[in-house]
Amino acid sequence: MLHVRDLRKTFRPPGRRGGRQVEAVRGVDCDVDAGEIVGFLGPNGAGKTTTLRMLTTALTPTSGQATVAGHDLLRDPLGVRRSIGSVPQGGTSNGNATVREELVLQARLHRFSRADAERRAAALMAQLDLDGLGDRRTKTLSGGQRRRLDIAMGLVHAPPLVFLDEPTTGLDPQSRANLWDHIRSLRAEHAATVFLTTHYLEEADALCDRILVIDDGRIVAEGTPDELKRRVAGDVVTLELRRPEDVERARAAVGSDPQIRDVLTERTTLRLTVEHGERSVLPLVRQLDGAGLDVLGFSVSRPTLDDVFLAVTGRSLRESDVVDERTPVSA
Amino acid sequence: MLRDTWLVFQRGLRLQLREPVWVIIGIVQPVLYLVLFGPLLERIAAAPGFVEGDAWLTFTPAMVVLLTMFGAGFAGFATLAEKREGVIENMRVTPASRAALLFGRVLTNVVALMVQAAILVLLAVVAFGMRPSWAGVALTFLLVALLGTVLSALSHALALVAPGEDTLASVLNGVSLPLLLLSGALLPMALAPTWLRTLSRLNPFAYVVDAARDLFAGDLASGDVVVGFAITLVLVVVATVVGTRTFQRVAA
Repeated sequence: MLHVRDLRKTFRPPGRRGGRQVEAVRGVDCDVDAGEIVGFLGPNGAGKTTTLRMLTTALTPTSGQATVAGHDLLRDPLGVRRSIGSVPQGGTSNGNATVREELVLQARLHRFSRADAERRAAALMAQLDLDGLGDRRTKTLSGGQRRRLDIAMGLVHAPPLVFLDEPTTGLDPQSRANLWDHIRSLRAEHAATVFLTTHYLEEADALCDRILVIDDGRIVAEGTPDELKRRVAGDVVTLELRRPEDVERARAAVGSDPQIRDVLTERTTLRLTVEHGERSVLPLVRQLDGAGLDVLGFSVSRPTLDDVFLAVTGRSLRESDVVDERTPVSA
Repeated sequence: MLRDTWLVFQRGLRLQLREPVWVIIGIVQPVLYLVLFGPLLERIAAAPGFVEGDAWLTFTPAMVVLLTMFGAGFAGFATLAEKREGVIENMRVTPASRAALLFGRVLTNVVALMVQAAILVLLAVVAFGMRPSWAGVALTFLLVALLGTVLSALSHALALVAPGEDTLASVLNGVSLPLLLLSGALLPMALAPTWLRTLSRLNPFAYVVDAARDLFAGDLASGDVVVGFAITLVLVVVATVVGTRTFQRVAA
């Protein structure tokens, strides 16, 4: 359904002529089979949106090749546009237009007759819980309703492949769970293949059959959520120490323990990957106590996708997300 | 492509009718010029450059051109808003013709412009007793429809590449004021010193203003009219090529 080979995009930063070029996407390869729900997981600025915009023909790749729903991305963009639904991050509709107007226009731009377009709009409003909102201006919709409208816009022509860019960003937990159901039904009821991007770990875990972890414009890991978690293997014991310099001493103190597979340090915390978290934690605390280090607290956790991300990139996705919110990176 | 143009045009018109206040706001400036500046010209209408010594036959067609410059020239703001809402990118990912995405918008602007121009001309007739050649008025409308196409297409293209309202506003304001002053729309360039008149001859809008004045006066086939139409038609070709290419290429 989707085959991507060495896709790249290089931008010149706007306003700075002759400035350093930004390599937003540095060679992405991936294959998606019909019927899969595949997710791009990565922090803001990792190149997710840029990749998606290239695959939906909104952006021309700098180099690389892709076959999207059976059409060559570069040679047959029109064929690609006819065969895919695109639900972009920034929305799809004019705030002063009504829900029905936008859906009907979208269907007509996809070559439906007026009558067929109206029927299709009505059917999609029913499917996506937008019944009764047809005459509302889209700016008066709630965030969740507007997102469902965006999805309906992407589905008017019943495409076999649907791209969703950050489908639930900015939604409250309830709307998010509701939208997840709608995304699952794309496959269940429309037999569509779904390719989505997200920086929410829970979302990738809950929705995706397969995850492509993307960081800094490259795919750094790939697999089912379970495979990825198994790859980091084992539980994580997190020990909270008093001072940053204690962490290095603690690392030295436990470093020789054969049970410990991996050690990561962050300021005053020590994260140890071990086979059995519950059994290891007390001996570890005693060991550190014996070395004269105060352990302020500890926790044991099963691996999450964040641990996967941390293991493959050396950074926490949650943290890089916070950093990105302070200094937004456009992608 | 015609079908897509029609769809985009219908949508634009519907949205315009939903907020008709913008059509009104667009006409306020030329109406103010007509009402608060036009009467000053009646006493000096014997000066060189005034058509048949008539202030209103000289000033009204120029205000129709001014309306076109500002009405169609600032049309890009709507596109900028739609770009931010994701509408432009969404339409670019449909099979719709790229040219239609532009032409549909241009057509909406031109229709709004025709309505505004009609209001302006009727106001000059009713309130100030202007007696134009109606055939000339009709040809002027054709001329400003073409000029509106040029400005609207360029404005939409500029909006696609502009990072935000600030850029678009400063470019449009920076360009439109000197073009207006050098067009002879406010006072005929016949009054200007030689250097200023020479400078104004470099401004395509000056020829359109001259052509519109001849048309209003009933001089339908004058040299100025021919030159005005010729220049505008060349600009139409340039602007539609630039505009369509921008809609094809830009990663909005």
